[in-house]
Amino acid sequence: MNLHHLKRAIMALFALLALTPSAHAEKKYDPGASDTEIKIGQTMPYSGPASSYGTIGKAEAAYFKMINELGGVNGRKINLISLDDGYTPPKAVEQVRRLVEQDQVLFLWQNLGTPTNSAFHKYVNSKKIPHLFLATGATKWGDPKNFPWTMGGQPTYQAEATIYAKHLLKTKPDAKIAVLYQNDDYGKDYVKGLKDGLKDKAQSMIVAEQGYETAEPSVDSQVIKLQSSGADTFFIFAIPKFAAQTIRKTYDIGWKPVVYVNNVSSAVANVLQPAGLEKSVGLLTAQYFKDSHDPQWANSTDVKQYLDFMKKHHPDGDPKDSNNAYGFMQANLLVHVLKACGDNLTRENILKQATSLKNLELPMLLPGIKINTSADDYFIIEQLQMARFDGKEWRLFGELLDY
Amino acid sequence: MNTTNKSQLLIALAAIAVALVLPFVVPDYRIFQLTMVLIYSIALLGLNILTGYNGQISLGHGAFYAIGAYTAAIMMDKANAPYWSTLPVAGVICLVVGFLFGLPALRLSGHHLALATLALAVALPQLLKYKHLEHWTGGVQGINLLKPDAPFGLKLSQDQWLYLFTLAVVVLMFVLARNLIRSRVGRALVAIRDHPVAAEAMGVNNAMYKSLTFGVSALYTGVAGALSAIAVQFVAPDSFPLTISFFFLVGIVVGGVASIWGPIFGGFFIQFAPNMADYLSKDLTGAVYGVFLLLFAYVMPTGVVGFLRKLASKSA
Repeated sequence: MNLHHLKRAIMALFALLALTPSAHAEKKYDPGASDTEIKIGQTMPYSGPASSYGTIGKAEAAYFKMINELGGVNGRKINLISLDDGYTPPKAVEQVRRLVEQDQVLFLWQNLGTPTNSAFHKYVNSKKIPHLFLATGATKWGDPKNFPWTMGGQPTYQAEATIYAKHLLKTKPDAKIAVLYQNDDYGKDYVKGLKDGLKDKAQSMIVAEQGYETAEPSVDSQVIKLQSSGADTFFIFAIPKFAAQTIRKTYDIGWKPVVYVNNVSSAVANVLQPAGLEKSVGLLTAQYFKDSHDPQWANSTDVKQYLDFMKKHHPDGDPKDSNNAYGFMQANLLVHVLKACGDNLTRENILKQATSLKNLELPMLLPGIKINTSADDYFIIEQLQMARFDGKEWRLFGELLDY
Repeated sequence: MNTTNKSQLLIALAAIAVALVLPFVVPDYRIFQLTMVLIYSIALLGLNILTGYNGQISLGHGAFYAIGAYTAAIMMDKANAPYWSTLPVAGVICLVVGFLFGLPALRLSGHHLALATLALAVALPQLLKYKHLEHWTGGVQGINLLKPDAPFGLKLSQDQWLYLFTLAVVVLMFVLARNLIRSRVGRALVAIRDHPVAAEAMGVNNAMYKSLTFGVSALYTGVAGALSAIAVQFVAPDSFPLTISFFFLVGIVVGGVASIWGPIFGGFFIQFAPNMADYLSKDLTGAVYGVFLLLFAYVMPTGVVGFLRKLASKSA
């Protein structure tokens, strides 16, 4: 045996020794995980134009603090590093690089905003860092073929519109449809979902479409044009300000179609009240979330839990703000995924557990909504329920609808 | 060469030496931050030529930054142009836009000019979403770019290479700016700022000089914008909120108005002050940032450079 062979033999022996302990123990870690801690990164708009969403990150941090006080997840404390990106893509890139390269987080979670997440979408996928349950409704976050490490965290706008289409086909198959949409990705996602849902009938059923720019002062002229098309069904895919204008104008000019308004613009306080509650009677929308202050949920356990959590652990936050309830629900979901990971805290396993959710129910979701994901289904919430406005509050009706 | 010039040259060389060593001792993400500092300092230098030396206030330089960034992004995305070739194009486009904008706008002065430039910054992000431009600009989704690799098989990371490339651009732009300021043209600019009537009487064509200054200033900011698109690898209308224009103005005041070195310090402030504010409080990021500004206004009313000069003259 010459020296070269001896060297190899010794190296092989060392390699074997090095492998042996891990073959016995079941604990497996990637950077960011250890026996005592799971480190998670996040960017949030704590400053800038979208800072009202910042409360989501605060509610989530408060939830993990509570979990840690109760002993953590499988004995490990959750360390959420949540950084401000000011809702600007350059800052988001910088902060995410800090989280990944300096803080060495195990994965990214609940990063907020479509432009911000778009900016580092490729980066995290090339680094194979899980980028989970993003706080944005764009459809592009469910693309496992091209971006296997990225998963969205809420129903997509397209999905919502597909559900309206299904409801309409069932209740009024010969409807003549008018559509008002915001002329950007947000509005166009809805229009695409509607057309996908109507399938080959889309061509004949949709008789008029009008876009608007957010810079326009009013959409009155669009509404009048849509009325003159003779449509008897009206879809409003708008942000709150324009939805309120549209609802009021439709009523005022004496047009009485069946009106669907998108979930984002269905809040009583900032859309229907400004439009006029009496002008909003009969509106249709789809919901997936409980309003914590709706009397119909006053006695449900999860709403009570949520209000209790807000009082004890996040007293600075407003419990009526649905963003806090959203953070509460998302933090619940993540704790579930981490528990499922057990002692195998590798990035691969985190992604595997996040994409193997089966019939999971979460607090604050409407009763019956179950979360299901798989290696080629990255959309976590795929059920919504139709609701009709009765002049005072939204009344859910019918069954949960899938898309 | 007199002694002040000599010592200035020495300081400059020492600063460049430190800047050259940095990318080999700090991690990649820090290099990225330092690259952003350099990029901001080019933009600030442009604004400083306009505001500091020529006395015109612009609240709209974020628009030129965006035009530069989109020029680079569209060239790289649609025409596969090499990254370095986008800088001169972005610069020239901004020069022309700045000059043309300057011609009518500079008939306005003082507050009115500030308002006109503000209009530019307000309008641009919406124009980027305009449907007939969407094919080029990518609408709200923006444009993703690839980061350039180091050329000639150099064993440098992408971040190291881009930093060094940016540093070279910074040195070039600073030398050009310094020479411009010290030339006949530079003296004319300052004369217009300090006493426009006297300048006119001495034969300076005020309107022409002011428009040209606006153009040159926009050129600098446009080159910075192009570099930022390459470094961040992404542009979208949300990358250029109105606040960028204000941050630029803050940057030159914090660094030192009418100073060649000021923009470097201003660049550090723009890059790191928001991070520090976030670190100190998540609830009051805006308020903490405001306190920083007040501190600077009281402790260093003439900016970092003015403060350093004072220290130097006291110790001398």
